[in-house]
Amino acid sequence: MNLPRTFYGKGIPGVTTGDLHGKLIVLEGPDGSGRSTQIALLTEWLERRGHAVEHVGLKRSNLVAEELAEAKRGNVLSPRTLSLFYATDFADQLEHRILPALRAGFVVLADRYIYTLMARDMVRGADLPWLQSVYSIALVPDLVMYLRVAPQKLMERYIYRGRELDYWESGMDIGYSRSWYDSFIRYQSELHRTFNRLQAIYGFVTVNGMRVPRAVTRDLQTRIEAVISPNG
Amino acid sequence: MPEKGFPNAVPGKLVAVEGLDGSGKSTQVYLLKRWLELSGYKVFFTEWNSSDIVRSATRRGKKQNLLTPTTFSLIHCTDFADRYERNILPMLKAGFIVLADRYKFTALARDTVRGCPPEWVEQLYSFAFQPDITFYFSLPLRTALDRILVGRPALKYHEAGMDLGLSPDPVESFKIFQGRIHKAYEALARRHRFTRIRSDRPVEAIQEEVRGILRDRIDLAQYKAALPRGWR
Repeated sequence: MNLPRTFYGKGIPGVTTGDLHGKLIVLEGPDGSGRSTQIALLTEWLERRGHAVEHVGLKRSNLVAEELAEAKRGNVLSPRTLSLFYATDFADQLEHRILPALRAGFVVLADRYIYTLMARDMVRGADLPWLQSVYSIALVPDLVMYLRVAPQKLMERYIYRGRELDYWESGMDIGYSRSWYDSFIRYQSELHRTFNRLQAIYGFVTVNGMRVPRAVTRDLQTRIEAVISPNG
Repeated sequence: MPEKGFPNAVPGKLVAVEGLDGSGKSTQVYLLKRWLELSGYKVFFTEWNSSDIVRSATRRGKKQNLLTPTTFSLIHCTDFADRYERNILPMLKAGFIVLADRYKFTALARDTVRGCPPEWVEQLYSFAFQPDITFYFSLPLRTALDRILVGRPALKYHEAGMDLGLSPDPVESFKIFQGRIHKAYEALARRHRFTRIRSDRPVEAIQEEVRGILRDRIDLAQYKAALPRGWR
């Protein structure tokens, strides 16, 4: 399990990986799959065991998070521009949060990583080799877990919790349908198919997210233990 | 996405000018634009400046010194993509001669000098059309430096390449930085078959040569505006 740490490609200019002693653990999955609940539970569990935890996610960089949110509200950017904007946001967090935390021996919990960014772009027509090249700067995580929840189930959870469907998470920008329901189901199904394609390349662990939170947590904990315990 | 590679599948023509600061390229492209529009051709001019949407992020990044070579590259590529998809591409599709004062090669030169792997930056910008003609205004480095440094107010931090730690003195840093940019341009000139224009000559002589090349390589008759200027 303790493979030497590498980047997907050439990585970040001037950065070596020898001193990155922490662990990078990624949780992927659509909105409504229980990611945030699980991350909160896992953080508690890790901290109780004495691990220092750092959180990263999408749209959280100091550099462009604000502008990115603004651009999404106005929906003024082309898919390519938005994609590059997200890549900038990712790179900033990678360099200013992920790498320093790993150097300091933290467990970094990433609430989504490059795979969500790639999948979203692929569904919107971007070609995989281009995306792979852009994200060749990314560090290969120690573990990537994908919370799988069927689109219909996601929809039920949204509505049950009285949340409104999100424009982007419903893929409304793509123009599948003017019906939010149809668009949501179609978009989430496409995303899932794309994730399966990415899984074949990147080898994530798929976790059934359609169970009670505790059961899911136990499953995730077992996977994480296998990655963080070998050397104590 | 489809806009990749040769030949350009749009009715318009893309003419880029590249070269060091002080190479006279802006003067030349301005004269080219005047000539074309006064002769009644459909011409659109675009220059390398930031679009609104990423300007604030870039400004903050520069001010707080948050930018690394990777994020510097990505944020400028985001900016370029926005301008490319909003201005350049639509005008090419509309059948215009698009004159670009600096194009993606400016970024390729600058980013590689900052340490980004050349293949990575090439791939990053691979979505943008290869120009039909890329005029490369070349002159001895010494001459370019003399032209810029005479009567110029304080050099800006990134402009002088201060982030590379080449020298604590901005002018000295700028000289070394420009020297490296010069080398990067020379490499790009070979790889991307730039049309080299020796620019240590009188303005008129250069302009005559540039117009001649444009006439030879572009069937200008196709770009005659249907309506007189002012009615478009």
